[in-house]
Amino acid sequence: MTADVDASVGEDGRRALWVRLFSPRRPGTLIAALVALGFVVLAAGAPWIAPYDPLAQSYLRINQLPSAQHWLGTDQFGRDVLSRLIHGARNSLLFGLISPAIAAVVGTTLGVVAGYFGGMVDRVISRVVDMLLAFPELLLAVMIAAVLGGGFWNVVFVIAVAFVPGFARVARSTTLAVRQEPYIEASVAVGLRTPLIIVRHVLPNISAPIVVLTTLWVASAIRLEASLSFLGLGTRPPAPSWGNIIRDGLGNIFGSPWPIIGAGFAITMVVLAFNVMGDALRDELDPDHAG
Amino acid sequence: MLRTIAARLVDAVPTVLLVLTLVFVALRLLPGDPALVVLGEYATQDQLALFRRQMGLDLPLPQQYLDFLWRMATFDYGNSMITQTPVAKLIGENLPYTIELTLVATGIGVLFGVPMGILAAVNRNRLPDTGVRLFSLVGYAIPDFYLGALFLIAFALNLGWFPINGGGTGFWDRMHHVFLPALTLAMVKTAFIGRLTRTSLLEVLGKDYVRTARAKGARENRVIYRHALRNAMLPVTTGLGLSLLATLSGSVAIELVFNRPGIGEVLISAIAKRDYPVIQAGVVVFAFFVVVVNLTVDLAYALVDPRIRVKA
Repeated sequence: MTADVDASVGEDGRRALWVRLFSPRRPGTLIAALVALGFVVLAAGAPWIAPYDPLAQSYLRINQLPSAQHWLGTDQFGRDVLSRLIHGARNSLLFGLISPAIAAVVGTTLGVVAGYFGGMVDRVISRVVDMLLAFPELLLAVMIAAVLGGGFWNVVFVIAVAFVPGFARVARSTTLAVRQEPYIEASVAVGLRTPLIIVRHVLPNISAPIVVLTTLWVASAIRLEASLSFLGLGTRPPAPSWGNIIRDGLGNIFGSPWPIIGAGFAITMVVLAFNVMGDALRDELDPDHAG
Repeated sequence: MLRTIAARLVDAVPTVLLVLTLVFVALRLLPGDPALVVLGEYATQDQLALFRRQMGLDLPLPQQYLDFLWRMATFDYGNSMITQTPVAKLIGENLPYTIELTLVATGIGVLFGVPMGILAAVNRNRLPDTGVRLFSLVGYAIPDFYLGALFLIAFALNLGWFPINGGGTGFWDRMHHVFLPALTLAMVKTAFIGRLTRTSLLEVLGKDYVRTARAKGARENRVIYRHALRNAMLPVTTGLGLSLLATLSGSVAIELVFNRPGIGEVLISAIAKRDYPVIQAGVVVFAFFVVVVNLTVDLAYALVDPRIRVKA
């Protein structure tokens, strides 16, 4: 044991999480984080970064090919494609972050309640969760959106519902394991109230897989929103989202392929970036389930 | 085995019932009177009342619910509110296209995915493995409708090798039409099956009986194909069922990209027109698929792995 003076080494002798995540052994994570950060900056600064108004139409310059003025050309209404993509990043990332967060809160609550209390509550929750899990997320989302229609909060709701069962299942199974631990028994023995036990002792101990799942589902949510908008069930035009830019582009496929190519590339890069980060986080936080 | 089948069938009933109930409740809770939506703002009170009576919307809710369940169970889906075509006919005409697409895509996916997975597992952490991992990383990230649009632009529009829309008539023409959409869905599927096969095979290769097979001097090919692969295919079978459903939902967007007839196309255009009987039927058909596929996977699993049967 040499005295290795390194500020990043914590009390438990392991390096801080971010140091491990961005170690040179894992160059992909750093690139992915930079890509994701880049898109977040684009989304946040869209009004200042985008060279044109994403909604401004001009019939004098429709279906232009990429040029110095319009880096990705213009669409069938003469709107600047690059500006639409940059503004579309707002929608995509907003859905991508809000929906999994809501799903995580609702799903974890259901799962913890089911796992901690067991009995009838557990049986009802597990049953419904199992049924919902039988449906692929996109199919579930399409089915709900079919009935509800589009619009911002409907889409958030649809995506969140599609993800709740997954969170509930993971939260339940990890809670079941934690509940057997001696420290829970000790907390009960010293007379802590149940809500306090759950918040102080159960939640922190099941947080790793939940955090990992949330990160991985940011990517899925972005994909799902794009799919729904593509199907006309998500963000309503003329507001740009990557999905409906591809939808519009397909209707104008003889005009210009650039809206499709650009928007699809953006979705792919963002999803790839969040997936790579999620995988890395899983390897570090939740090694049991790393695959 | 019969008991297993019976138990699984009974298990499936609540799922179907739940979906039907949710569809019923959601369509009735929705803001907006279907009679007004269909007949328009200028319809007279008499016309609205007549429409409600014809559609059974004036009956008490519990009775409507039971009627609804009975009609769904007897495949009586009513007529489209817009075109008056019987919904069952609409579904019947379009379903074969969706099934055809899903099956061809699954076929291509298995054809490429399984060998890819084997290649990756056998060459663990070497070039083929890295290649397969990169492929599946991108395969998971790229949206299928984007890939479809790219294929459409490249192979149908620019090169003219494939038709840009429709479903085709006659066997060869249909295969010609289905190829690009199926290839699109198959790319994602190949990534999924490849990764699944790799993981599963790697796990099996670490088992005692594989070591025994090697120890007794079996050649490597025999160890992999005879001893390991057969056991490794078990999780792949289940994964295949799940991915069949993913492909089915992916087909909704793909049908739109390639302008192909199919259930997804029917459902999406019905949503745009708020054609409730068609929406209802579309959702029910999808739910039905989910239940049937899961049931089949369970049974297939019990069939290939006798240990499952005992537990049921």
